[in-house]
Amino acid sequence: MWLEKLCAGVICGLAELLTGARAIWRDNKPLARQRIYFGNHTSHGDFVLIWSALPSTLRARTRPVAGADYWDKPGLRGFLIKRVFRGVLIDRTHGDKQHDPLLVMKQALAGGDSLILFPEGTRNMGEGLLRFRAGIYHLAENFPEVELVPVWLENLGRAMPKGSLIPLPLLCTLTFGPVLKFQPGETREAFLDRLRSALLQLAPPHQ
Amino acid sequence: MTAQQQMTYLFSGIFGLLVVATAAGAVLRMRTPGGAGSPTIDNLNARIKAWWVIVAFVGLAFLLGKTGMILLFGYISFTCLREFVSLTYTRRGDHHALALGFFVFLPLQYYLIHIEWYGLFSILIPVYAFLFMPIFEALAADTTRFLERAAKVQWALMICVYCISHVPALLTLPIPGFEGRNALLIAFLVLVVQLSDVFQYVWGKLLGKHKVSPNISPSKTMEGLVGGVATSTLIGAGLWWITPFSPLQAGAIALAINLMGFFGGFVLSAIKRDRGVKDWGSLIEGHGGMLDRLDSISFSAPIFFHIVRYWWVPD
Repeated sequence: MWLEKLCAGVICGLAELLTGARAIWRDNKPLARQRIYFGNHTSHGDFVLIWSALPSTLRARTRPVAGADYWDKPGLRGFLIKRVFRGVLIDRTHGDKQHDPLLVMKQALAGGDSLILFPEGTRNMGEGLLRFRAGIYHLAENFPEVELVPVWLENLGRAMPKGSLIPLPLLCTLTFGPVLKFQPGETREAFLDRLRSALLQLAPPHQ
Repeated sequence: MTAQQQMTYLFSGIFGLLVVATAAGAVLRMRTPGGAGSPTIDNLNARIKAWWVIVAFVGLAFLLGKTGMILLFGYISFTCLREFVSLTYTRRGDHHALALGFFVFLPLQYYLIHIEWYGLFSILIPVYAFLFMPIFEALAADTTRFLERAAKVQWALMICVYCISHVPALLTLPIPGFEGRNALLIAFLVLVVQLSDVFQYVWGKLLGKHKVSPNISPSKTMEGLVGGVATSTLIGAGLWWITPFSPLQAGAIALAINLMGFFGGFVLSAIKRDRGVKDWGSLIEGHGGMLDRLDSISFSAPIFFHIVRYWWVPD
């Protein structure tokens, strides 16, 4: 147990040192409520930054959703995702219906944990936001009392773009937006649009 | 007076000033009804507290000598560049040029100052970075807003690395009869320009009515500008004994660097407004980011360097 705690401390310290990460809570507060934090996906380090930005009491009950193809490897990577981050691993590679990726996320929510996920599904190399996948809609529909919190990550994708060996020491900011809730009767499209525009609203102007 | 004695007097004076400022801040705070509350007074106290830390760092660099000074300003340049680029729009195609700026040109510039190679440190960024960074950007083959992006990367390096590096570069100037005292030139520059900022703030808060340019800086007023520049020019003239200048020369040079310092803050404010932010960062409580504190120095340091080099260094 002490090893996991030590690793968590080291990772949070490193994340802050390297990215100068600053969390801004806009019309929201870090409260101990069950939540789904959803952010824009630009880098493999995304969930680490969101996870480190939470107070340690919340962090202990917040699990990042991560791709098993990248993270479920023996050695350090596997240790970090399973023991330190307690990640919810989903299989994105084979699309057979036997492995419903939503099932593990639902189990985590049923267990009372909060989730960090990236509804774009894949890392976005451009600007703005890709279309949202439907998964978050099904989760919200099944757990309507869970609060949905948009988190805009600025600069991390620019500091560590895909395929680049040298990271830039840019300052990253995380903007946590106001809580959204599932509204009964809302169509899937309307729901996903509402979430997407709430997240986009947190982005600084790109000119 | 030896350089040691001058330095001791100078730092004792600064220490005394900070004690007076801290006491005044505490009195103001106590006299506000209900204890704390006024944002202006809280900000004033946060600024004074940060000044203690800044003076401690600069004092330490003075004790460590040339290497300490170069490391301190190298770190300051790094932090400013980080803040500048973080707020500037760039694309993936700029990644290599920016990495070159952070990890090659910045350390190289300070290394060249360390080995006192004036011929190269004075052109490294205006010539070599200016030509090589756009080459790397063009190799990335993304033409979207290319000229604008290339200009931004060059600007970031000029302001944050080239201009600021002229502060420790003062140590490389051979001034006859002033050998071993060049650190006092740094003290003169930093003290006069920073006091000008402080007095512009103080006069502006006390008497400020007419805004210089509300579009660019809502807090800069004509009264603050005139009062601040006049006060710190007088202080600069009064500090002639730590410089190779006469009192009159010291006053004239102080005026020049105060005006440059004012416009440094002014120009960098225009960039901040364009990006829709109030501060460059949040590193120093009450002040904003590192670049918020260094904007005036970055514009005045190269001018000060060249004034001294032209008139006080023989060919």
